[in-house]
Amino acid sequence: MIWRKSATFITWRLLQAVPTVLVIVALNFLLLQLAPGDAADVLAGEAGSATPEFMAQLRQKFGLDQPVAMQLLIYIKQVMTLDLGYSFRHGMPVADLILSRLGPSMLLMLTVFFVSVVFGAFLGSVAARNLNRWQDRMISILTVLAYATPVFWAGLMLIVLFSINLGWFPTSGMQKVAAFYEGSAKVVDIAHHLVLPALTLTLFYLALYTRLMRASVLEQYSMDYVVTARAKGLTERQIARRHVLRNALLPVVTMAGVQAGALLGGAVVVETVFAWPGLGLLAYEALFSRDLNLLLGIFFSSTCLVVLVNLFVDLGYSLLDPRIELR
Amino acid sequence: MKQGLSRFFRNLPAVFGLVVLLLVMAAAILAGLLYPGDPFAMVGKPFQPPLSEYPLGTDMLGRDLLAGILHGARTTLLVGALATLIATLVGVAIGGLAGYFGGHLDNFLMRLTELFQTIPFFLFAILLVAVMGASVGSVIIAIAVVSWPPMARLVRGEFMSMRNREFVQACVSLGMGHTRIIFLHILPNTLSSIIVTGSLMVATAILIESGLSFLGLSDANAMSWGFIIGSGRTVLRTAWWICAMPGMAILLTVMSINLVGDGLNDALNPRLNSA
Amino acid sequence: MSAQPPLLQIEGLTIDLPPQADRRHAVQNLSLTLERNQILCIVGESGSGKSLMSRAVLGLFPSRHVQPSAGKIMFDGEDMLRVTPERMRDLRGNRISMIFQEPMTALNPVLSIGAQIEEALAVHQRVDRKARRNRVLDMLNAVNLPDPEKILQSYPHQLSGGQRQRAMIAMALMMEPDILIADEPTTALDVTTQAQILKLIREIQQKRGMGVLFVTHDFGVVAEVADRVAVMQHGHIVEQGLAVDVLDHPQHAYTQALLGSVPSLTPGPKRDFGSDKVMLAVQGLKKSFVSGGGFFRGSSREVKALDAVNFEIRRGETLGIVGESGSGKSTVARCITRLLDADAGSIQVDGVDIAGFTQKELRPIRRRVQMVFQDPFGSLNPRRTVGQLIAEGPIVHGTAAAIAWERALELLELVGLERRSADRYPHEFSGGQRQRIGLARALALQPDILVADEPVSALDVSVQSQVLRLLSDIRKKLGLTVLFITHDLRVASQVCDSVAVMLRGKVVEYGAVADVYANPQHPYTKELLAAVPGKNWSHGREGLVLA
Repeated sequence: MIWRKSATFITWRLLQAVPTVLVIVALNFLLLQLAPGDAADVLAGEAGSATPEFMAQLRQKFGLDQPVAMQLLIYIKQVMTLDLGYSFRHGMPVADLILSRLGPSMLLMLTVFFVSVVFGAFLGSVAARNLNRWQDRMISILTVLAYATPVFWAGLMLIVLFSINLGWFPTSGMQKVAAFYEGSAKVVDIAHHLVLPALTLTLFYLALYTRLMRASVLEQYSMDYVVTARAKGLTERQIARRHVLRNALLPVVTMAGVQAGALLGGAVVVETVFAWPGLGLLAYEALFSRDLNLLLGIFFSSTCLVVLVNLFVDLGYSLLDPRIELR
Repeated sequence: MKQGLSRFFRNLPAVFGLVVLLLVMAAAILAGLLYPGDPFAMVGKPFQPPLSEYPLGTDMLGRDLLAGILHGARTTLLVGALATLIATLVGVAIGGLAGYFGGHLDNFLMRLTELFQTIPFFLFAILLVAVMGASVGSVIIAIAVVSWPPMARLVRGEFMSMRNREFVQACVSLGMGHTRIIFLHILPNTLSSIIVTGSLMVATAILIESGLSFLGLSDANAMSWGFIIGSGRTVLRTAWWICAMPGMAILLTVMSINLVGDGLNDALNPRLNSA
Repeated sequence: MSAQPPLLQIEGLTIDLPPQADRRHAVQNLSLTLERNQILCIVGESGSGKSLMSRAVLGLFPSRHVQPSAGKIMFDGEDMLRVTPERMRDLRGNRISMIFQEPMTALNPVLSIGAQIEEALAVHQRVDRKARRNRVLDMLNAVNLPDPEKILQSYPHQLSGGQRQRAMIAMALMMEPDILIADEPTTALDVTTQAQILKLIREIQQKRGMGVLFVTHDFGVVAEVADRVAVMQHGHIVEQGLAVDVLDHPQHAYTQALLGSVPSLTPGPKRDFGSDKVMLAVQGLKKSFVSGGGFFRGSSREVKALDAVNFEIRRGETLGIVGESGSGKSTVARCITRLLDADAGSIQVDGVDIAGFTQKELRPIRRRVQMVFQDPFGSLNPRRTVGQLIAEGPIVHGTAAAIAWERALELLELVGLERRSADRYPHEFSGGQRQRIGLARALALQPDILVADEPVSALDVSVQSQVLRLLSDIRKKLGLTVLFITHDLRVASQVCDSVAVMLRGKVVEYGAVADVYANPQHPYTKELLAAVPGKNWSHGREGLVLA
């Protein structure tokens, strides 16, 4: 029963997402128009290796001699068939390029997502249950600091401390170059490289979810159902575990969904600092080489990713909160 | 309001934050006096460590780091404040209209807001600055475009709840027009939430700005903390202070703003805080 | 009663309040006794300390700043104030159980009803799952919940208020406690549901021979269920004794004043308005609300809030619209004042149909129809002074500021407040005073018709009687025509000349209040009148009687 409901929910949400995606594509198109130069210049990238014949071909393909509305339609068609253009610098179609970098990005982001939510929820409840005592104050100070630390700077400082001075972790990359590990050794190697980038990006979100969870737990403790639970003779631990926790998690899960888009953005700087071969680093390279078309492609795919993440978070939320009906 | 202010000043972290913030603002204002001239000017030997001839050392081109940081304060605060101001105005307008009038207007404005919240905002900011060309103006606009949705959401929620309060219904039954109700009755009651959210938005704006300038998307003529950090990246092993110092500045500034914002929240929206 | 020792004995209980509270003790030197097989009602107004005292028995203090500083609470040879936390947990929900006022918030929204009721059992006894489930089902049957299997799996938000309260009672009775403490368990329920729950509690108490400590503010409820009653004021018990004695022969001045404030259920003599013109006439008023639905989304629900409502009010007359929640009575008020747009029907104000008027056309009409609201805390803008709030209406309609201000000061005097209140803010006033301010605001435009939407429902009974008296005086003085919305049949009997009884959007009975109360025709009206708690007691009594 629940699977059927979930399936209809997913289909319905995907349908709902279509207008959003279309608007993003149109937005991309608008940005293309705003950029200096002809759209073909942008699409060919400033690689300079495009011949005049190729440019003429490009112009015709994208109908740049046609009215703007027509161009928009052609552009939409291109994007929807996942033809996001070609990157000269990397020598591959943009779509393939993005796909190849998707894995490392997902690895980084899923790690950060789960670690920050789980530890954030844990720290937040510890802080709330020890209100105004030393645990709470210490957690407060740490969250205030973490919340104010720019992500890229945190990464750099962590490199200085843990890589350069202590030598515990590598300074950059996802795998040891030229080592060509296989199997479990590869997994360990990647995990080893993952620690610092993940830690850097986690700091901010950990602080966010800790604060949120703390406030949420405090709010739940002032609710009437807690008094009822006490009146039934439950111990404080039973109340915390069986009653308060689940209710307090709800706003945190909601916020985690909302932050999905922010997480992608944060990945840009972290991947840049650590040369982590994901979408974020790709975006930086695109920026550096003035490849607007690649950048737009990344923007489009990231937005689609966010839509998917939101969908799954909503699904998860509905499992936690029986008041929400999957429609 | 008076009660709120006295509550604020009894809050130690908030006062600490206020003091630091005032120092940062003083630095921004006095930068021109203390270190007149171009912060980009090469004044000394490169790679001098802190507490040598120069209090915070010099960078790879021999620029005085302290001068850079003081001048950078200007850019940072300016961008943060202006971007937030624009985002607040836009957010309040959109959220207020959606929350007050409801119906189709609300639906449309909310779809719009949702759209902007789905877009990964940092990528979008990068795109905007890349397209518009890197200048102080384009950075401000990019940050504003990316920051208004949460404010709109908040204001919409507040307006919607106010709209159904009996004192607003009383205004309608007394024959008041929309403008009067919105500006004289609803807005004053939502002001404290707007102020708190706005102050926290300045912190976010500063973080976005520093991120953008770290990636190279800053005005070439305006000294920026993120820019200094970005430039110091390649010499992290040897001249770590080039990255460390401006970062500390960002951290202190953002932290102080957050503390002040939290303090304002506790002062203006008092709740029973202790169990 | 019996030679057995009392079930619960409270001696000299004093509970302190934090230093910034308006008095030092919530409860002071309080002593009372609960015998076996007896319902003891604790009655008092807000701030009397009755709720806190009831929670003190199980040690459910709201914060660590509110703690007992003296006294004993003896149960079965133990002092509840001094037992160890483990022992207290042992007793809670087991020997002494408690039910609360608001069943929606008193139940955990994310756990099923079955899980929460089972928990009451599982915490105290080791019983295997199947046996546990069966015992829960038995208990759900015992509290007259239909389809117990379904209720087991349901969540709180899927049940009605009455069903939730029954579930709470089932939860409290799982371990067959000796004492049931009920803190205003029916206050949040409709009057017909309240009658059912009161009956249930009485039955259960009799069947199991329990002692029940029942906290309430409603003397009608006291008359309905109490064997003994204790009256509280400012943390003290001012009078206690057998219910029949206290209710019919109150000794203490405060008890006498309280009882005198309860409106009598017997309406006064009829006033004739036949010769006066019709000020407000409503014909075929319809309003529906649609929820859910939309593209692809399948079923939407249409709720008929108003289904062809007709009535008329003559000049000087007061018509009461009586009903429970969901009856549509508030919707009527909002449609008439055009805060909501009706779907169909006519609304004639002194002959002019305003149902289709645009907001602009309505402006001059607004002077003639004004509204008084229910919530004393939400109906005044906290950021405007009282004077500004009252003067604003006339100013918006073109009156010069100075004249409007002077008028505001006069109105403050008219409603029994001092002139200098004009410079103060709403939060400086009590609930009853705020309702007076709301009334002054409504009168500022010198309306012909006053729509009062449950204006006294949120007030204590003694304050309520003052405001009702004020309303009665003013309507006589100014010749007002009043539409009075209420769920309280006692208030309606004293305030209204005629009454329209509403059920699910329809007017099921309509006539002079004396006729309807003495001789109800529709089954729902009969049910409603039969459900009024303490109706037998109040007949022939002198409660609050308004001329």
